[in-house]
Amino acid sequence: MSESAGLPIDWRPGCSLAVLQKRAWMLARIRSYFERQRVMEVETPTLCHTIGTDPNLDFFSTELKFEGSSDDQILYLQTSPEYSMKRLLAAGSGSIYQICKAYRNGEFGRWHNPEFTILEWYRVGYDLDLLIEDINRLLGQALGLSRPGQESERISYRQAFIRHCGFDPLSAGIAEFINYCEQVGDLSALALCGNDRRLWQEYLFGLRVQPHLGKTGLCFVTNYPANQCAMARIRADDPRFADRIEVFYGGVELANGFGELNCEQEQRKRFQRDLKIRAETGKTLPPIDERFLAALAAGFPDCSGVAVGLDRLLMLLMNLSSLDEVLTFSLPRA
Amino acid sequence: MAIYSTNEFKGGLKVMFDGDPCSIIENEFVKPGKGQAFNRVRLRNLKNGRVIERTFKSGETLEGADVVDRDMQYLYNDGEFWHFMVVDTFEQYSADSNAVSDAVKWLKEQDVCVVTLWNGVPLSVAPPNFVELKIIETDPGIRGDTSGGGGKPATLETGAVVRVPLFVQTDEVIRVDTRKGEYVSRVKE
Repeated sequence: MSESAGLPIDWRPGCSLAVLQKRAWMLARIRSYFERQRVMEVETPTLCHTIGTDPNLDFFSTELKFEGSSDDQILYLQTSPEYSMKRLLAAGSGSIYQICKAYRNGEFGRWHNPEFTILEWYRVGYDLDLLIEDINRLLGQALGLSRPGQESERISYRQAFIRHCGFDPLSAGIAEFINYCEQVGDLSALALCGNDRRLWQEYLFGLRVQPHLGKTGLCFVTNYPANQCAMARIRADDPRFADRIEVFYGGVELANGFGELNCEQEQRKRFQRDLKIRAETGKTLPPIDERFLAALAAGFPDCSGVAVGLDRLLMLLMNLSSLDEVLTFSLPRA
Repeated sequence: MAIYSTNEFKGGLKVMFDGDPCSIIENEFVKPGKGQAFNRVRLRNLKNGRVIERTFKSGETLEGADVVDRDMQYLYNDGEFWHFMVVDTFEQYSADSNAVSDAVKWLKEQDVCVVTLWNGVPLSVAPPNFVELKIIETDPGIRGDTSGGGGKPATLETGAVVRVPLFVQTDEVIRVDTRKGEYVSRVKE
């Protein structure tokens, strides 16, 4: 690279030595926690033949080339290690965790970097209540995100929405969403969200609810609406909700967990629904991960799992305000 | 004009929004792990200076605005327009009172200002950060007071009124910081 306008090249890391040391401490703490808990560390590939179909996640792809062969294969950089880890669970691994890189195209800002570090773990036989306790022990106590005496909070998606927006996001008509935005002087929402209830929910939750969550400790939001189930089971006792939780701290989304869907047919339907949306919005259509579906069909254990953004966690542990300050070389420096 | 996507919205980028030229102040990428990506953007309307907050879906676009800042010398006011000239090329531009706006009280002939042009027409005028202007009227100071504490109002040759220390007198030339509208020092001629 050439020097531009005589300015010296900025080669230094974006983070301080103290941050590097804290990251090393954090990783060691996580590993010792899971060792005590007898959860096994695993590694799975970040470069795979298939990729998640989530219409809201853009991925990186590349070609595998063998010299002399014209038959290039497309490989995808993983947006999360979920499918591979679930194949291990189906193969009988028992509870497992992984610390790895994940890649999401087009995501960059104070809270996003296209390459980031995920901690993902699965607990066989755990329901979401037990998983919440587990997350509290690791993030709150072992890593010290909760200060002494600070209680973590638990609130349903619906309660949180009602508390901060004043109306029920499940029963309200679109007119109520529009009306609320007019009251608070939001001139963008109608053009953005139109008639799409899920988008209205996501928009208002992200901009009006989330900033208030986890101000006094970890906040667990439970019972997401079924239309935002991702890879969570729909609740058997009330199909309006999914067994999905999100963890917030200081208004920042830190982790996402599921009571894991273990039905191959339902998973296939969700893949197909995702691909339909991708097609409608002109996004590329990746192949469906048949190996993952076969693993579900082979018998997937009853389990709960969660993924934590470790770079964001480090940022919150150190009270910093952008990922650039906790990554060695964030996108512009990499 | 170029089209810019939300990921290109950087501070200072000039874009058209609701028919007016605007400058991007801040752009924050907001995206839940499992949801739609948005960009929360703050823009300044360059016509009236107002700050607007809008949220865009990531990937939405705005047309660029043909807005450029140029150094120009202030020439004179003909009663309706304020005339400016690019010193190197002698190109002249006339700005109306909307464009000159609050800068009017600092404009002294031959001072070099920054004139913002939109499609070749002056949109706004920024005076130099520091100007030297003569006091045309101020109360006589109290003898012996050199501290400057408190101060008194002084009317300058351009009509601006600034607070000056008590020892500063009518007909003296003072240096003023136009960004704060504050007295800086006396200027020895």
